[in-house]
Amino acid sequence: MHNNEVWVFIEQRNGKPADVSFELLSKGRKLADSMKGQLKAIVIGHEAKGIAKETFKYGANEAVLVDHPDLKLFRTMPYSRIMNELIKKHTPRIVLFGATVYGRDLAPRVASNTKSGLTADCTDLKISDVKYLGKDYPQLLLQIRPAFGGNIVATIITPDVPVQMATVREGVMEMHPVEKPHKEKITEVPYNPIDIDGLLEIIEQQREESKVNLKAAPIIVAGGYGLGSKENFKLLHDLAHVIGGEVAGSRAAVDAGFVTSERQVGQTGVTVRPKLYIAVGISGAIQHRAGMQEAKKIIAINTDPDAPIFDICHYGIVGDAAQVIPMFIETYKNKLK
Amino acid sequence: MYKSIVLVKQVPDTANISGKVMKDDGTVNRAMLPAIFNYEDRVALEFALQVKQKYGGKVIAITMGPPRAADILRECLYMGADQTYAISDRKFAGADTLATSYVLSEAIKKIGDYDFVFAGRQAIDGDTAQVGPQTAEKLNIPQVTYAEEILDIKDGKIKIRKKIDGGFEIVQCKFPCLITVLKGAAEPRPFQAKRIMAYKGAKTLMELEKMVEENSLLYPDKLVHEYEERNLFIPTLTADDLAVDSERCGIKGSPTKVHKVESVVLAGGNQENIPPTKDGIGSLIDRLLEDRIF
Repeated sequence: MHNNEVWVFIEQRNGKPADVSFELLSKGRKLADSMKGQLKAIVIGHEAKGIAKETFKYGANEAVLVDHPDLKLFRTMPYSRIMNELIKKHTPRIVLFGATVYGRDLAPRVASNTKSGLTADCTDLKISDVKYLGKDYPQLLLQIRPAFGGNIVATIITPDVPVQMATVREGVMEMHPVEKPHKEKITEVPYNPIDIDGLLEIIEQQREESKVNLKAAPIIVAGGYGLGSKENFKLLHDLAHVIGGEVAGSRAAVDAGFVTSERQVGQTGVTVRPKLYIAVGISGAIQHRAGMQEAKKIIAINTDPDAPIFDICHYGIVGDAAQVIPMFIETYKNKLK
Repeated sequence: MYKSIVLVKQVPDTANISGKVMKDDGTVNRAMLPAIFNYEDRVALEFALQVKQKYGGKVIAITMGPPRAADILRECLYMGADQTYAISDRKFAGADTLATSYVLSEAIKKIGDYDFVFAGRQAIDGDTAQVGPQTAEKLNIPQVTYAEEILDIKDGKIKIRKKIDGGFEIVQCKFPCLITVLKGAAEPRPFQAKRIMAYKGAKTLMELEKMVEENSLLYPDKLVHEYEERNLFIPTLTADDLAVDSERCGIKGSPTKVHKVESVVLAGGNQENIPPTKDGIGSLIDRLLEDRIF
């Protein structure tokens, strides 16, 4: 019988918890409730007790804290070893990681060691009874993600292993502080360094707080590969400037160099929920839609009337961005005069 | 002098596909997808070749995949790899990242005596970025993921600049270690004309067997020997060669199972067509103003 525990790896950067970890706690709370299980936050770092305390706001029943000066910065070896040992000792039912650079470095290593199933970049997670190959599996974790270039949505399960693991991008799940947090229970676990932990040292670390905050932008003007050039992308900047929005892009636009990767919306970028999302020259592959379909209003502008983006937008304009956008800007300015 | 093993993968070109790739029954029509050399793996090969150029040594490329994956091994030879191995067996089919990393790690152990394992950060068919770290774990060696630049190699340590969220780190790692490489890190060198001429005839055992069959040749062993002599034989490592536990390979060794696959159904229905005219756009803006969107 499984213990039905849900664990969330709490990522911290320079002593600050990552948003995605609290988003996962909120989701983890729901998953644990539907299995009548406990939610545990795994906090690894140095002087990280404050972070451990914060996890109760998002529904943790217990925080496991591994605190040591050597653990101040994330390094694969000690962190993965600590996770491996904890998981082997307690066998949680589910372990969730943020699909950040650190999370995507750590989770596979841990899955490999504990021979667990791991699904990357899930866009949804659910608990459900499953019948698979004629066998009944109660309360499995459904790991849902677009696959194969976005033509399909796959539900992945890991029926025959004790620990089910998944990573989720920042912003995909919503962060909800709970009304009545559980009583704080912080369990400290000692860290004992061994040789392999010291094989890699960090000589320098530089991090800049991103100036772009797509998640907080009420209006987003996003462009796709269909815009054809960096010059045409300038139109989006003009429009965003006039209506007070942020500029974003699809993965194809980022790959083509039209816009920087920190502005990428979609499954492998940021998930946004703005008041208004204007998609220009974006065909609307599911990976992109996964990152924007919860916008309150969506306007799609595209020359191809069959582009899938038109199926999810509220207002569709079939036309050339080079004409439609200047027209939009001019009309908008006239209205506000 | 350093020995590098590069993990490469042949992938369906998922970046340039349309709805036509779906069959009526909702499954993927793989025949519609051209198979290509995963780009980040080419960057990884470029890293290994640069290490060889600067410090001397050897570059070995390996791929796990079906017989046709030999195409990208030839491409590795065209770029400058010294040697390649096809890791192929029916038992490996249907592997998820865990089962893949098991077989790859056993192949790497078999080749042995390496300083670096290079791999692309991720492959475009799954975008999981899992196989690199999972392989490193099974080899019990440290890893550096998201590498952007090799800064220096000396005294048994490699110094690398790597990406992290919102910035970068410079790390120093004792090797042997595994390094995954980001796409912008280097420009993969083009195929070299001389090497194409030299290696276009390189063949795996299965390809030679096919030749034997199609041309009714009588002496297959002789043919293999001849290819070996001419340095055109691409060795294949099978489950038996690697002495792997077949319970841990392929679909059997894969904990992740696809429970359900759905073609993407679009919500649709509530969209409104706005004509691309001043009037059309004007009335749209009015409504957005009314709804307090602006």
